[in-house]
Amino acid sequence: MDVGLMQMQRRLAEYTSALFKEGILDSQYVQLQELQDESNPDFVVEVVSLFFTDSEKLLNDLSRDLAQQNVDFRRVDAHVHQLKGSSSSIGAERVKNACIVFRNFCQEKNIPGCQRCLQQIKQEFLLVKSKLETLFKLEQQVVAAGGSIPTSGSLPTMQQPIL
Amino acid sequence: MARNGVASWRRRSSDQFDDPSPCGSEDVHVLAVDDSLVDRKVIEHLLKISSCKVTAVDSGIRALQFLGLDEEKAAGDFNGLKVDLIITDYCMPGMTGYELLKKIKESSALREIPVVIMSSENVLARIDRCLEEGAEDFIVKPVKLSDVKRLRDFMTRDVGDRVRSDGEGTTHKRKLQESSDVSSSSPSVSSASSSSSSSLPTTPSRSPSPSPSVSLSEPSSPSPSTGSSGPCSPSSLESPTRRLKMTSCCD
Repeated sequence: MDVGLMQMQRRLAEYTSALFKEGILDSQYVQLQELQDESNPDFVVEVVSLFFTDSEKLLNDLSRDLAQQNVDFRRVDAHVHQLKGSSSSIGAERVKNACIVFRNFCQEKNIPGCQRCLQQIKQEFLLVKSKLETLFKLEQQVVAAGGSIPTSGSLPTMQQPIL
Repeated sequence: MARNGVASWRRRSSDQFDDPSPCGSEDVHVLAVDDSLVDRKVIEHLLKISSCKVTAVDSGIRALQFLGLDEEKAAGDFNGLKVDLIITDYCMPGMTGYELLKKIKESSALREIPVVIMSSENVLARIDRCLEEGAEDFIVKPVKLSDVKRLRDFMTRDVGDRVRSDGEGTTHKRKLQESSDVSSSSPSVSSASSSSSSSLPTTPSRSPSPSPSVSLSEPSSPSPSTGSSGPCSPSSLESPTRRLKMTSCCD
Protein backbone atom coordinates (compact mmCIF):
# COMPACT_ATOMS: atom_id res chain seq x y z
CA MET A 1 0.00 0.00 0.00
CA ASP A 2 1.67 3.10 -1.07
CA VAL A 3 1.95 6.15 1.02
CA GLY A 4 0.58 8.31 -1.77
CA LEU A 5 -2.71 6.50 -1.74
CA MET A 6 -2.91 6.64 2.02
CA GLN A 7 -2.36 10.33 1.96
CA MET A 8 -4.98 10.80 -0.68
CA GLN A 9 -7.46 8.82 1.31
CA ARG A 10 -6.68 10.78 4.41
CA ARG A 11 -7.17 13.98 2.54
CA LEU A 12 -10.45 12.74 1.18
CA ALA A 13 -11.59 11.72 4.62
CA GLU A 14 -10.66 15.04 6.13
CA TYR A 15 -12.23 16.99 3.35
CA THR A 16 -15.46 15.08 3.61
CA SER A 17 -15.51 15.36 7.35
CA ALA A 18 -15.09 19.11 7.17
CA LEU A 19 -18.07 19.42 4.88
CA PHE A 20 -20.25 17.78 7.45
CA LYS A 21 -18.77 19.74 10.30
CA GLU A 22 -19.40 23.00 8.50
CA GLY A 23 -22.98 22.02 7.86
CA ILE A 24 -22.56 22.17 4.12
CA LEU A 25 -23.71 18.59 3.84
CA ASP A 26 -25.99 16.69 6.14
CA SER A 27 -26.94 13.10 6.79
CA GLN A 28 -29.00 12.84 3.64
CA TYR A 29 -25.79 12.97 1.67
CA VAL A 30 -24.65 9.94 3.60
CA GLN A 31 -27.87 8.23 2.58
CA LEU A 32 -27.01 8.83 -1.03
CA GLN A 33 -23.54 7.43 -0.54
CA GLU A 34 -25.04 4.34 0.98
CA LEU A 35 -27.10 3.84 -2.13
CA GLN A 36 -24.02 3.70 -4.27
CA ASP A 37 -22.57 0.32 -4.97
CA GLU A 38 -20.82 -1.61 -7.68
CA SER A 39 -23.91 -1.80 -9.78
CA ASN A 40 -24.44 1.94 -9.41
CA PRO A 41 -20.97 3.34 -8.96
CA ASP A 42 -21.85 6.81 -10.15
CA PHE A 43 -25.11 7.28 -8.39
CA VAL A 44 -24.05 10.13 -6.17
CA VAL A 45 -22.35 12.04 -8.94
CA GLU A 46 -25.38 11.59 -11.15
CA VAL A 47 -27.87 12.79 -8.60
CA VAL A 48 -25.70 15.69 -7.60
CA SER A 49 -25.23 16.69 -11.22
CA LEU A 50 -28.97 16.70 -11.65
CA PHE A 51 -29.20 18.87 -8.62
CA PHE A 52 -26.68 21.33 -10.02
CA THR A 53 -28.48 21.67 -13.31
CA ASP A 54 -31.88 21.84 -11.71
CA SER A 55 -30.77 24.45 -9.21
CA GLU A 56 -29.07 26.67 -11.70
CA LYS A 57 -32.26 26.83 -13.65
CA LEU A 58 -34.29 27.54 -10.55
CA LEU A 59 -31.92 30.28 -9.46
CA ASN A 60 -32.23 31.91 -12.84
CA ASP A 61 -35.98 31.65 -12.66
CA LEU A 62 -35.93 33.23 -9.24
CA SER A 63 -33.80 36.13 -10.37
CA ARG A 64 -36.20 36.73 -13.17
CA ASP A 65 -39.26 36.38 -10.99
CA LEU A 66 -37.99 38.91 -8.51
CA ALA A 67 -37.10 41.38 -11.20
CA GLN A 68 -40.64 41.60 -12.44
CA GLN A 69 -42.68 44.72 -12.15
CA ASN A 70 -45.31 42.85 -10.21
CA VAL A 71 -43.69 40.00 -8.43
CA ASP A 72 -45.72 36.85 -8.49
CA PHE A 73 -44.97 35.50 -5.04
CA ARG A 74 -46.74 32.25 -5.58
CA ARG A 75 -44.43 31.58 -8.44
CA VAL A 76 -41.42 32.60 -6.43
CA ASP A 77 -42.52 30.40 -3.60
CA ALA A 78 -43.04 27.46 -5.91
CA HIS A 79 -39.52 27.78 -7.22
CA VAL A 80 -38.00 28.11 -3.79
CA HIS A 81 -40.03 25.15 -2.65
CA GLN A 82 -38.56 23.08 -5.44
CA LEU A 83 -35.08 24.19 -4.65
CA LYS A 84 -35.57 23.49 -1.01
CA GLY A 85 -36.82 20.04 -1.85
CA SER A 86 -33.99 19.06 -4.10
CA SER A 87 -31.30 20.49 -1.86
CA SER A 88 -32.82 18.59 1.02
CA SER A 89 -32.84 15.42 -1.02
CA ILE A 90 -29.14 15.52 -1.64
CA GLY A 91 -28.15 16.82 1.74
CA ALA A 92 -27.15 20.34 0.79
CA GLU A 93 -28.06 21.61 4.19
CA ARG A 94 -27.09 25.24 3.93
CA VAL A 95 -28.86 25.70 0.65
CA LYS A 96 -31.94 24.13 2.12
CA ASN A 97 -31.81 26.37 5.17
CA ALA A 98 -31.40 29.45 3.04
CA CYS A 99 -34.48 28.42 1.11
CA ILE A 100 -36.47 28.16 4.29
CA VAL A 101 -35.55 31.69 5.25
CA PHE A 102 -36.39 32.84 1.76
CA ARG A 103 -39.86 31.38 1.97
CA ASN A 104 -40.58 33.37 5.07
CA PHE A 105 -39.75 36.58 3.28
CA CYS A 106 -41.85 35.39 0.43
CA GLN A 107 -44.82 34.92 2.70
CA GLU A 108 -44.33 38.46 3.85
CA LYS A 109 -44.06 39.60 0.27
CA ASN A 110 -40.86 41.32 1.25
CA ILE A 111 -38.99 41.89 -1.98
CA PRO A 112 -35.74 43.28 -0.61
CA GLY A 113 -35.71 40.44 1.90
CA CYS A 114 -36.26 37.96 -0.90
CA GLN A 115 -33.51 39.45 -2.95
CA ARG A 116 -31.07 39.26 -0.09
CA CYS A 117 -32.07 35.68 0.45
CA LEU A 118 -31.63 34.88 -3.15
CA GLN A 119 -28.09 36.16 -2.98
CA GLN A 120 -27.55 34.03 0.07
CA ILE A 121 -28.91 30.96 -1.65
CA LYS A 122 -26.73 31.58 -4.66
CA GLN A 123 -23.69 31.84 -2.45
CA GLU A 124 -24.50 28.68 -0.61
CA PHE A 125 -25.21 26.91 -3.84
CA LEU A 126 -21.93 27.93 -5.38
CA LEU A 127 -20.17 26.87 -2.23
CA VAL A 128 -21.67 23.41 -2.11
CA LYS A 129 -21.15 23.01 -5.81
CA SER A 130 -17.51 23.88 -5.57
CA LYS A 131 -16.99 21.70 -2.54
CA LEU A 132 -18.69 18.70 -4.07
CA GLU A 133 -16.77 19.08 -7.29
CA THR A 134 -13.57 19.05 -5.30
CA LEU A 135 -14.80 16.08 -3.33
CA PHE A 136 -15.57 14.13 -6.47
CA LYS A 137 -12.12 14.93 -7.82
CA LEU A 138 -10.50 13.65 -4.67
CA GLU A 139 -12.58 10.52 -4.89
CA GLN A 140 -11.60 10.00 -8.48
CA GLN A 141 -7.97 10.31 -7.54
CA VAL A 142 -8.33 7.73 -4.85
CA VAL A 143 -10.11 5.33 -7.13
CA ALA A 144 -7.60 5.90 -9.91
CA ALA A 145 -4.82 5.08 -7.52
CA GLY A 146 -6.48 1.80 -6.70
CA GLY A 147 -8.20 2.80 -3.51
CA SER A 148 -11.85 2.73 -2.66
CA ILE A 149 -14.14 5.43 -1.47
CA PRO A 150 -15.39 4.99 2.03
CA THR A 151 -18.86 6.08 2.84
CA SER A 152 -18.91 8.75 5.40
CA GLY A 153 -20.59 6.67 8.02
CA SER A 154 -21.56 8.70 10.96
CA LEU A 155 -20.74 12.28 10.90
CA PRO A 156 -18.94 14.41 11.63
CA THR A 157 -16.40 11.93 12.84
CA MET A 158 -14.65 10.52 9.90
CA GLN A 159 -13.35 7.07 9.59
CA GLN A 160 -9.67 6.45 9.32
CA PRO A 161 -8.32 6.16 5.86
CA ILE A 162 -8.80 2.74 4.47
CA LEU A 163 -5.71 0.70 4.05
CA MET B 1 -46.84 2.47 7.84
CA ALA B 2 -48.26 1.78 10.80
CA ARG B 3 -49.94 -1.10 10.83
CA ASN B 4 -48.04 -3.05 13.25
CA GLY B 5 -50.86 -3.11 15.66
CA VAL B 6 -52.24 -6.38 14.55
CA ALA B 7 -55.62 -5.59 15.89
CA SER B 8 -56.02 -2.81 13.45
CA TRP B 9 -55.16 -4.86 10.45
CA ARG B 10 -57.82 -6.07 8.22
CA ARG B 11 -56.23 -9.15 6.89
CA ARG B 12 -57.44 -10.67 3.74
CA SER B 13 -56.77 -14.21 2.93
CA SER B 14 -54.22 -14.37 0.26
CA ASP B 15 -56.28 -16.64 -1.88
CA GLN B 16 -58.39 -13.73 -2.73
CA PHE B 17 -55.57 -12.87 -4.96
CA ASP B 18 -54.57 -15.04 -7.80
CA ASP B 19 -51.06 -13.89 -7.44
CA PRO B 20 -48.48 -16.22 -6.17
CA SER B 21 -46.88 -15.36 -2.91
CA PRO B 22 -46.14 -11.71 -2.92
CA CYS B 23 -43.11 -12.18 -0.82
CA GLY B 24 -40.72 -12.61 -3.65
CA SER B 25 -38.64 -9.54 -3.54
CA GLU B 26 -38.66 -9.08 -7.25
CA ASP B 27 -42.40 -9.07 -7.44
CA VAL B 28 -43.05 -5.78 -5.81
CA HIS B 29 -43.77 -3.19 -8.41
CA VAL B 30 -43.88 0.37 -7.23
CA LEU B 31 -45.17 3.34 -9.11
CA ALA B 32 -43.33 6.44 -7.97
CA VAL B 33 -44.77 9.86 -8.72
CA ASP B 34 -42.75 13.03 -8.25
CA ASP B 35 -42.34 16.15 -10.31
CA SER B 36 -38.80 16.73 -9.07
CA LEU B 37 -36.19 15.10 -11.21
CA VAL B 38 -33.73 14.86 -8.35
CA ASP B 39 -36.27 13.28 -6.06
CA ARG B 40 -37.43 10.91 -8.72
CA LYS B 41 -33.94 9.66 -9.24
CA VAL B 42 -33.40 9.21 -5.54
CA ILE B 43 -36.66 7.42 -4.85
CA GLU B 44 -36.22 5.25 -7.88
CA HIS B 45 -32.85 4.20 -6.66
CA LEU B 46 -33.98 3.69 -3.10
CA LEU B 47 -36.67 1.38 -4.36
CA LYS B 48 -34.44 -0.51 -6.73
CA ILE B 49 -31.87 -1.09 -4.08
CA SER B 50 -34.67 -2.45 -1.95
CA SER B 51 -35.46 -5.00 -4.62
CA CYS B 52 -38.49 -3.33 -6.04
CA LYS B 53 -39.37 -2.87 -9.62
CA VAL B 54 -39.95 0.80 -10.21
CA THR B 55 -41.86 2.87 -12.66
CA ALA B 56 -41.26 6.56 -12.07
CA VAL B 57 -43.48 9.24 -13.54
CA ASP B 58 -43.46 12.96 -13.15
CA SER B 59 -47.10 13.77 -12.62
CA GLY B 60 -50.39 12.53 -11.27
CA ILE B 61 -51.85 12.54 -14.74
CA ARG B 62 -49.14 10.30 -16.03
CA ALA B 63 -49.60 8.07 -13.03
CA LEU B 64 -53.28 7.67 -13.83
CA GLN B 65 -52.46 6.99 -17.42
CA PHE B 66 -50.04 4.32 -16.40
CA LEU B 67 -52.61 2.80 -14.10
CA GLY B 68 -55.09 2.73 -16.89
CA LEU B 69 -57.52 4.95 -15.12
CA ASP B 70 -57.55 7.55 -17.80
CA GLU B 71 -58.93 5.23 -20.34
CA GLU B 72 -61.41 3.65 -18.01
CA LYS B 73 -59.85 0.30 -18.33
CA ALA B 74 -61.52 -2.51 -16.50
CA ALA B 75 -60.19 -3.77 -13.26
CA GLY B 76 -57.19 -5.95 -13.57
CA ASP B 77 -56.51 -4.74 -17.02
CA PHE B 78 -53.46 -2.65 -16.40
CA ASN B 79 -51.58 -3.63 -19.45
CA GLY B 80 -50.27 -6.50 -17.46
CA LEU B 81 -48.19 -4.44 -15.13
CA LYS B 82 -49.64 -4.89 -11.73
CA VAL B 83 -48.74 -2.12 -9.37
CA ASP B 84 -48.29 -3.15 -5.77
CA LEU B 85 -47.66 0.23 -4.26
CA ILE B 86 -47.94 3.83 -5.28
CA ILE B 87 -45.66 6.35 -3.70
CA THR B 88 -46.33 9.93 -4.56
CA ASP B 89 -45.12 13.37 -3.71
CA TYR B 90 -47.73 15.60 -2.20
CA CYS B 91 -46.80 18.92 -3.76
CA MET B 92 -46.95 18.70 -7.47
CA PRO B 93 -48.15 21.17 -10.04
CA GLY B 94 -51.34 20.18 -11.78
CA MET B 95 -52.63 17.29 -9.76
CA THR B 96 -51.34 17.10 -6.23
CA GLY B 97 -50.53 13.84 -4.55
CA TYR B 98 -53.63 14.23 -2.47
CA GLU B 99 -55.80 14.58 -5.54
CA LEU B 100 -54.12 11.57 -7.06
CA LEU B 101 -54.77 9.65 -3.89
CA LYS B 102 -58.43 10.54 -4.02
CA LYS B 103 -58.75 9.50 -7.61
CA ILE B 104 -57.15 6.18 -6.88
CA LYS B 105 -59.35 5.51 -3.90
CA GLU B 106 -62.42 6.47 -5.85
CA SER B 107 -61.64 3.92 -8.49
CA SER B 108 -62.95 0.45 -7.92
CA ALA B 109 -60.15 -0.89 -10.04
CA LEU B 110 -57.40 0.80 -8.14
CA ARG B 111 -58.51 1.51 -4.64
CA GLU B 112 -56.90 -1.55 -3.19
CA ILE B 113 -53.47 -0.41 -4.17
CA PRO B 114 -51.75 1.08 -1.17
CA VAL B 115 -50.73 4.68 -1.61
CA VAL B 116 -47.96 6.36 0.31
CA ILE B 117 -47.58 10.10 0.35
CA MET B 118 -44.23 11.89 0.55
CA SER B 119 -43.89 15.48 1.51
CA SER B 120 -41.20 17.85 2.55
CA GLU B 121 -43.69 19.61 4.74
CA ASN B 122 -44.31 18.00 8.06
CA VAL B 123 -47.79 19.40 8.42
CA LEU B 124 -50.12 17.52 10.67
CA ALA B 125 -53.28 18.63 8.95
CA ARG B 126 -51.91 17.42 5.70
CA ILE B 127 -50.85 14.11 7.14
CA ASP B 128 -54.23 13.57 8.70
CA ARG B 129 -56.06 14.48 5.59
CA CYS B 130 -54.07 12.02 3.54
CA LEU B 131 -54.52 9.24 6.00
CA GLU B 132 -58.22 9.91 6.23
CA GLU B 133 -58.42 9.69 2.50
CA GLY B 134 -56.89 6.26 2.66
CA ALA B 135 -53.18 6.74 2.37
CA GLU B 136 -51.20 3.98 3.95
CA ASP B 137 -48.44 6.13 5.18
CA PHE B 138 -46.94 9.53 5.03
CA ILE B 139 -43.22 9.95 4.67
CA VAL B 140 -41.50 13.22 5.35
CA LYS B 141 -38.84 14.00 2.83
CA PRO B 142 -36.02 13.53 2.32
CA VAL B 143 -36.82 9.88 1.97
CA LYS B 144 -34.34 7.54 3.53
CA LEU B 145 -33.48 3.95 2.97
CA SER B 146 -35.10 3.03 6.26
CA ASP B 147 -38.39 4.49 5.04
CA VAL B 148 -38.30 2.37 1.94
CA LYS B 149 -37.28 -0.71 3.87
CA ARG B 150 -40.27 -0.25 6.06
CA LEU B 151 -42.51 -0.02 3.05
CA ARG B 152 -40.97 -3.14 1.65
CA ASP B 153 -41.70 -5.01 4.82
CA PHE B 154 -45.26 -3.89 4.56
CA MET B 155 -45.46 -5.04 0.99
CA THR B 156 -43.95 -8.37 1.76
CA ARG B 157 -46.38 -8.95 4.50
CA ASP B 158 -49.53 -7.99 2.73
CA VAL B 159 -49.32 -7.10 -0.86
CA GLY B 160 -52.55 -5.59 -1.87
CA ASP B 161 -53.86 -5.45 1.60
CA ARG B 162 -54.82 -2.14 2.78
CA VAL B 163 -55.73 -0.87 6.11
CA ARG B 164 -57.64 2.27 6.32
CA SER B 165 -57.43 4.70 9.02
CA ASP B 166 -60.87 4.18 10.28
CA GLY B 167 -61.42 7.79 10.77
CA GLU B 168 -59.99 7.81 14.21
CA GLY B 169 -57.37 10.10 13.02
CA THR B 170 -54.74 7.57 13.85
CA THR B 171 -51.59 8.53 12.24
CA HIS B 172 -50.66 5.13 11.00
CA LYS B 173 -47.15 6.00 10.85
CA ARG B 174 -44.91 4.09 12.91
CA LYS B 175 -41.43 4.95 13.53
CA LEU B 176 -38.81 2.43 12.81
CA GLN B 177 -40.15 -1.02 12.84
CA GLU B 178 -37.97 -1.86 15.76
CA SER B 179 -39.52 0.73 17.96
CA SER B 180 -43.15 0.92 18.71
CA ASP B 181 -44.98 -2.23 18.23
CA VAL B 182 -48.41 -0.90 18.58
CA SER B 183 -49.85 1.24 15.94
CA SER B 184 -49.46 4.72 17.10
CA SER B 185 -53.11 5.16 17.29
CA SER B 186 -53.24 7.89 19.78
CA PRO B 187 -56.61 9.42 19.40
CA SER B 188 -55.19 12.49 20.92
CA VAL B 189 -53.83 13.29 17.56
CA SER B 190 -57.22 14.16 16.32
CA SER B 191 -58.57 15.60 19.45
CA ALA B 192 -58.51 19.21 20.23
CA SER B 193 -56.39 18.69 23.23
CA SER B 194 -52.88 19.68 22.90
CA SER B 195 -50.55 17.07 21.71
CA SER B 196 -47.12 17.54 22.96
CA SER B 197 -44.50 16.96 20.44
CA SER B 198 -43.04 13.98 22.12
CA SER B 199 -46.25 12.08 22.23
CA LEU B 200 -47.14 12.77 18.70
CA PRO B 201 -46.34 9.80 16.60
CA THR B 202 -46.61 11.81 13.53
CA THR B 203 -43.00 12.46 13.23
CA PRO B 204 -43.21 10.18 10.39
CA SER B 205 -40.71 7.54 10.10
CA ARG B 206 -37.62 9.51 10.27
CA SER B 207 -35.24 10.73 12.79
CA PRO B 208 -35.04 14.44 13.23
CA SER B 209 -33.00 16.13 10.65
CA PRO B 210 -29.74 17.65 11.67
CA SER B 211 -31.26 21.05 11.51
CA PRO B 212 -34.47 20.63 13.35
CA SER B 213 -34.78 24.17 14.48
CA VAL B 214 -34.89 25.38 10.98
CA SER B 215 -37.57 23.11 9.79
CA LEU B 216 -39.66 24.24 12.68
CA SER B 217 -40.33 27.47 10.99
CA GLU B 218 -41.88 25.79 8.06
CA PRO B 219 -45.29 24.88 9.27
CA SER B 220 -45.88 28.19 10.84
CA SER B 221 -45.89 30.09 7.65
CA PRO B 222 -49.48 30.85 7.11
CA SER B 223 -50.84 30.10 3.75
CA PRO B 224 -54.37 29.52 2.87
CA SER B 225 -55.15 26.91 0.42
CA THR B 226 -53.46 23.73 -0.17
CA GLY B 227 -53.78 21.21 -2.82
CA SER B 228 -54.06 23.85 -5.39
CA SER B 229 -52.14 23.38 -8.51
CA GLY B 230 -49.09 25.47 -8.61
CA PRO B 231 -47.23 26.48 -5.54
CA CYS B 232 -47.80 24.24 -2.72
CA SER B 233 -47.73 26.14 0.47
CA PRO B 234 -47.88 24.52 3.83
CA SER B 235 -51.39 24.62 5.06
CA SER B 236 -50.66 24.54 8.66
CA LEU B 237 -53.60 26.65 9.55
CA GLU B 238 -56.17 24.51 7.89
CA SER B 239 -57.63 23.08 11.04
CA PRO B 240 -56.51 25.78 13.36
CA THR B 241 -58.18 24.57 16.47
CA ARG B 242 -56.52 21.24 16.27
CA ARG B 243 -53.36 22.24 14.71
CA LEU B 244 -52.16 25.22 16.57
CA LYS B 245 -50.03 23.04 18.73
CA MET B 246 -48.60 21.41 15.72
CA THR B 247 -46.09 24.08 15.15
CA SER B 248 -44.28 23.08 18.22
CA CYS B 249 -44.30 19.47 17.27
CA CYS B 250 -43.18 19.52 13.79
CA ASP B 251 -39.59 18.83 13.85
